[in-house]
Amino acid sequence: MNWGSEIAKAVLAAVGMFTFLAIVAAMFGVLLERKIGGWIQSRLGPKHVGPQGLLQTLADTLKLLQKEHVTPRAADALVFNTAPLVVATAGLMGWLVIPFGTLGGAVLVVRDLNIGILFFAAMASMTVIGILAGGWASNNKYSLLGALRSASQMISYELPLGMALVAVAMEAGTLSTVGIVRAQDGWMGSFIFRQFPAFVIFLVAATAEVNRVPFDLPEAESELVAGYFSEYSGMRFSLFMLGEYAEMFAMAAMTTTLFLGGWKGPLLPPLVWFFLKMYLVVFFMMWVRWTFPRFRLDQLLNLCWKILLPAGLIWILVSGYRITF
Amino acid sequence: MGTLAAFLILSAVTLIPAVVVVTSKNIVRSALALIPTFLGITGLYVLLRAEFVAGIQVLIYAGAITVLILFVIMLTEGGTGIRIRQVNEQVPVGALASAALAALLIWVFLRTPWPKGPGTIPEYTATQIGTTLLSSMVLVFEVTSLVLLVSLIGAIIIARRER
Amino acid sequence: MTLGLTHFLVVSSLLFCLGLYGVLTRRNAVAILMGIELMLNAANINLVAFNKYVAPAALNGQVFTLVVITLAACEVGVGLALVMAAYRNLETVQVDRINMLKW
Repeated sequence: MNWGSEIAKAVLAAVGMFTFLAIVAAMFGVLLERKIGGWIQSRLGPKHVGPQGLLQTLADTLKLLQKEHVTPRAADALVFNTAPLVVATAGLMGWLVIPFGTLGGAVLVVRDLNIGILFFAAMASMTVIGILAGGWASNNKYSLLGALRSASQMISYELPLGMALVAVAMEAGTLSTVGIVRAQDGWMGSFIFRQFPAFVIFLVAATAEVNRVPFDLPEAESELVAGYFSEYSGMRFSLFMLGEYAEMFAMAAMTTTLFLGGWKGPLLPPLVWFFLKMYLVVFFMMWVRWTFPRFRLDQLLNLCWKILLPAGLIWILVSGYRITF
Repeated sequence: MGTLAAFLILSAVTLIPAVVVVTSKNIVRSALALIPTFLGITGLYVLLRAEFVAGIQVLIYAGAITVLILFVIMLTEGGTGIRIRQVNEQVPVGALASAALAALLIWVFLRTPWPKGPGTIPEYTATQIGTTLLSSMVLVFEVTSLVLLVSLIGAIIIARRER
Repeated sequence: MTLGLTHFLVVSSLLFCLGLYGVLTRRNAVAILMGIELMLNAANINLVAFNKYVAPAALNGQVFTLVVITLAACEVGVGLALVMAAYRNLETVQVDRINMLKW
């Protein structure tokens, strides 16, 4: 019964990973964002609930759980209720290929697929479907407009994301995430030095993929109420938020795996190095969020199609030339 | 035995939403039912040891083509939400024709003795596919990229507003 | 009964005929394109299955599948552009109402 135990192991690993992520990414991440925002804006973030405000997100989640969930009458109920599930699942599935470190001799990864970064890009592109379905099923003009804007932004920015991934895969010679980390030896060999343009392109495209400022026109409160999740309340809303934050953390984890050397570092255990680097990238993304104003839609799409896409193509050419000769 | 069970589950995930795609009265639901169909086909590719093709299938079919179809539905008549009759008057003839073709194909496939060729599929298909595309099938690769370029330019020109 | 080539061929035949039924009986042009996509996917399953069971030495089947996926994406792009242009000029996408050459 080999396949039975394999299925049980896979389900257990996935459940463990998702629980861990719900705590680290959603709860801790939301709190981190509010605290960092407060620090940048010279004010204190939440500090009332729990010691230093650490239980704030728990209180928020409990509040959201006991809210009534409203389904609009003319909305398509099946699609309306399934859309947040698709977004949350797609955001969490990207974590299956990210290696957290080594313990003993074994690498801590849920499944080291030999098409690792391709699987990650595919899961990032599944989020768009959930957003479109949610915006459509809400039967609300603002939701539909927000969903169309968000979908067009996300599928446009998948192209530079894919090009950065292709450049890294060429440099490392493999699509597997564990192989890419192993190909970066020493801290001078991290791909951030040899593939710096790919790093910049990936970071910009990743910020646009998760709809964060300065690319958060689809969720702009001053323009579209709340964009594609205007009609969602209670647990559905928190599922959307979970999907978005989990995907942001997944992009940060992928950045450390691809460019910053993954779990490698001199003195501390590998797990600690991985989380240190991941939280560095997350801090950088939150810093950008509280600093820059928002892009207009045409500026956003200009940046993708006229600047990042040619830059990605030229970098693949240069990188291929450099690797071959 | 495990692979047979996986195959049956994946075939059900592929074929049942495909029935919804071709028979639903709500065109947005047809388009959304394409997604489990494509994901089921991805699972079938993984069973057939074609993991790179499976990844590309999710990335392009479920991630991009379905989004394109949904966009066009929302920007044309399907987006108004008015109930329009979706099927034309050829339903009985069409059902008969497709059922007859299905029966013929399945009968032919079950009767033919398929030979088994030598060799096995390599462990890591992505490297092998890349090498094949750039060495023995390079002409196919170049022509495909030319077709992509032409269709990109053509689609932009056709879909523009008249100035 | 172990999994063999004929299982995959039966599934792809059923999928192909479902796509054919969609093309023959639907009125919306986008729904016809969805039926065409189902038919292309059925052909892809055939290609990959034959690659594994009949000719596993070279990966030509999988390479050809990638080419078919690329061409299907091109065709859907151009086809949907045509549907949008038609909608803009003729105000309908029901194909049995587009029956006059000059509007």
